[in-house]
Amino acid sequence: MDARTGSEPTPMNRTTVERKSERELVVTRTFNGPARIVFEAWTRPELFKRWWVPKSLGMSLRSCEMDVRVGGRYRLEFEPDAMAFFGTYLEVTPHSRLVWTNEEGGEGGPVTTVTFEEKGGRTLLVMHELYPSKAALDAAGTGAADAMVETFAQLDQLLVTLGASMGRS
Amino acid sequence: MVQYTWTGFDASFAALSDATRRGVLEQLGRADASITDLAEKFHMTLTGMKKHVGVLEQAGLVTTEKVGRVRTCKLGLRRLEEEVAWIERYRQLWDARFDELDKVVEELKRKEKVDGRKNRK
Repeated sequence: MDARTGSEPTPMNRTTVERKSERELVVTRTFNGPARIVFEAWTRPELFKRWWVPKSLGMSLRSCEMDVRVGGRYRLEFEPDAMAFFGTYLEVTPHSRLVWTNEEGGEGGPVTTVTFEEKGGRTLLVMHELYPSKAALDAAGTGAADAMVETFAQLDQLLVTLGASMGRS
Repeated sequence: MVQYTWTGFDASFAALSDATRRGVLEQLGRADASITDLAEKFHMTLTGMKKHVGVLEQAGLVTTEKVGRVRTCKLGLRRLEEEVAWIERYRQLWDARFDELDKVVEELKRKEKVDGRKNRK
């Protein structure tokens, strides 16, 4: 992996990914800010848009609708291609917990739970994806992985120009 | 088409959970061997060893090739490396997202400070 060119921005805030079981995937990361701020960045579309599709991916969100309340729906549409992610919020506890479904893959999509735990002005974020069955995860994993490979191919291309664009902003 | 499937993960981990199969991998790391060789080395029936090799093959950890009447087994670690690489790529995606999220958090923190000062005036 040659992604470690350049300096690591904040080594103490490392992103970890762990496959907890045959049905679960867990991503963790700490942020240097209070939970209410991190939560806000996950629930206000104009903020969410700014980080969820990193500039380096060469894609952007054409639209981002989020009705953040229990039973409310969200829909993310990409450009240039018309890929969309959508689902329903199952739990919304301000500043501490979000749960939503992922319905773009039909039945068998995972349920995503994000928890925000504040400690000394910093926030530990845990994102947990639970698939309804091993079979569902096996099926979804292939598509997601293929999409990811494609996404990262784009990332690889754009990383080359990232240094230049950073100088500009 | 390379398959980065979850099935692959499960197959790999299941394959590695057995001591005999780990031994077979270790053995094949030193030299290719026929199923008959492996069966002898691990004091097993041919059928038993065929089963183990089948599991390893399914997981992509071993490849076999039949020449005449002899089936030769060799290490096929590509699959496992791909799976580890898949997790790493997934981690990098989230890492890239979270680096951007850091910027949003910093900005909101600054804004709160400024707003706080304004409110005190």
